[in-house]
Amino acid sequence: MKKAFWLAGAMALALAQPATAADSVKIGFVSTFSGPTAVIGNDMRNSFELALDHLGRKIDGKPVEVIYEDDQQKPDVGKQKTEKLVQSDKVDFIVGYIWSNVLLASLKTAVDSKTFLISANAGPSQLAGELCSPYVFSTSWQNDQTPAAMGLYMNQKGVKSVFLIGPNYAAGKDMLAGVKSTFKGEVVGEEYTVWPSQLDFSAELTKARNSKAESIFVFYPGAAGVQFLNQYAQAGIKAQIPLYTAFTVDELSLPLQKDNAIGIPGAQEWVNDLPNAENKKFVEDYRKKYPGLRPTYYGAQAYDAAQLINSAVVAVKGDLTKKDAMKAEMEKANFKSLRGPFKYGNNHIPIQNFYLQDVVKDADGQLSLKTVATIVKDDQDKFHDKCSMK
Amino acid sequence: MYLVVEQLLNGLQFGLLLFLLAAGLTLVFGIMDFVNLAHGSLYMMGAYFAATFVAWTGSFVLGALIALGATLLLGIALEYVALRHLYGRDHLDQVLATFGLILFFNDAVRLIWGPAGLALPLPAWLTVPVQIIPGVYYPAYRLMIIAVALAVAAMLYLVVMRTRIGMLIRAGASNREMIGALGINIKLLFTLVFGLGAALAGLAGLMQAPILTVQIGMGENILILAFVIIVIGGIGSIRGAFMAAIFVGIIDTMGRAFLPDLLRKVLSGAAASTAAPALSSMLIYLLMAIILVLRPEGLFPAAKR
Repeated sequence: MKKAFWLAGAMALALAQPATAADSVKIGFVSTFSGPTAVIGNDMRNSFELALDHLGRKIDGKPVEVIYEDDQQKPDVGKQKTEKLVQSDKVDFIVGYIWSNVLLASLKTAVDSKTFLISANAGPSQLAGELCSPYVFSTSWQNDQTPAAMGLYMNQKGVKSVFLIGPNYAAGKDMLAGVKSTFKGEVVGEEYTVWPSQLDFSAELTKARNSKAESIFVFYPGAAGVQFLNQYAQAGIKAQIPLYTAFTVDELSLPLQKDNAIGIPGAQEWVNDLPNAENKKFVEDYRKKYPGLRPTYYGAQAYDAAQLINSAVVAVKGDLTKKDAMKAEMEKANFKSLRGPFKYGNNHIPIQNFYLQDVVKDADGQLSLKTVATIVKDDQDKFHDKCSMK
Repeated sequence: MYLVVEQLLNGLQFGLLLFLLAAGLTLVFGIMDFVNLAHGSLYMMGAYFAATFVAWTGSFVLGALIALGATLLLGIALEYVALRHLYGRDHLDQVLATFGLILFFNDAVRLIWGPAGLALPLPAWLTVPVQIIPGVYYPAYRLMIIAVALAVAAMLYLVVMRTRIGMLIRAGASNREMIGALGINIKLLFTLVFGLGAALAGLAGLMQAPILTVQIGMGENILILAFVIIVIGGIGSIRGAFMAAIFVGIIDTMGRAFLPDLLRKVLSGAAASTAAPALSSMLIYLLMAIILVLRPEGLFPAAKR
């Protein structure tokens, strides 16, 4: 009797589910909204909200409900929040994830429940390779790609040797591996620092100077990038050894890095001045909606994630149970990306261009980023062979 | 060889900075028997005040001095308004109350200065590297930190060992009830000690600010190190805090500088580069554990109560 009661209840729930789910599109958004890196999470949220504004706050005529969750930059918290979104909120899509280690901890929960997960930043090598999944898409890149583009640029500049410094976590290792995969010169040293607690890089900078390397490459996202550039300039190394970077100078760190960032090249798949109509509208509307702030690549990727979701839901005419059809539509990348058109590889990681960016003073006399050149065209990550999806 | 000298200087500089933070903590903990988790918030306030006043006045030194005064006043106000009601309470109550203060300060800063953090740029004369011995260059600003911290340490020593206030502070550390019974205004003494501790924390914060960024929660990680230092040095002992801070600074820096190369001799390259940062950040806690086993009172315990 009791069993039958539970069974009836479960069936009622199962029947009720699609009916409620069809009324709105529910999106979970996991990012960092507290602590020193909250500025990144805020930028992603701002851009995602702007994308929803541009979509008229509706996807295929249905209202959109976004639930923002703070991962506190901690893998365990990110996993809990992902579980909450999947199991109790029963979201249709999960978006976000700045940090590779947070994404790796949260991945299984989303994939096991067959909830679409769209990484708007983190791109650990595992995600592109053995852990690739039909339910996971990226609107960013695989971690190795951006530093690999920087390695190519260093070859063009004729750099003979490099000293690598990066944080000791999943993305830090991918980034340094990325430079090494394309840089043809000698790697004279490789240092990893404790992440995210270590903020003083004096010991590493001293070693870099003493190594007599011709150049230094670093990856320090967020506030750590400000600290690294401060200390690099104060130690007088800026005048001695040129610095090459990935994800270290962006619109969030630039107001704090100020002149220390001038002359420091970086590689990126999106820069605020990329010449396409969607991007112009995005940058203009962002600055209008959030006075005093400027959008970053984090935000551009979050914006693209909203557009990707929109394309999938429109293709199935709002029937969110048609997961295969939605997957097939998303694989076409059939939306106007802010970086310009791109294709998806078999592992759902974009095949895209990478640009060289430089710091310049813009028309308002403010420091800003500018595209200087295209380093590499239609670049595909090197882990796609390890992905079982063909 | 030069490398070792430079890394020793890095360690010394880091250690002295930690000393400024730990000195205030050990005074408050040792003399007032008060656990102040919000000490890191005062460190943060020092940095925010400095960034604000330096921007207003346009002078690094003047701005820093005003910030120092402001942190001192903030410390005194904090003691007067909130903390003096907690002296008679259990340590757990104090931990809870001061943890609440951390949250209060973090959100107050978010409201006043915004979430993005501030920059405290150095004047040009402090951003040049200085040749200390032929072939070894060292950032001028870090040399200044070493000089200022050593001067403060010397001044603290003189104040505590050679003046009447210092005598009262030492007496307070040994037996609080007795000096109260002898007619000393213990309330005023505590307020002064707390203000001094706050100013020291503020000084550490504002000196660290140009190297790091000024941001919310900047005092929380470093406070853990300050607690490690006062445990190693002996609670209430300024001399202990000084020695322990230099030990911790040098061990931490030398670990980061040389452990990876040592490990690479035994382990494969990839394993060594992953293990070394983790291991080197453990070294100081290892030191603390060993000292707690061998000398539970710390290296230089304050006189017995």
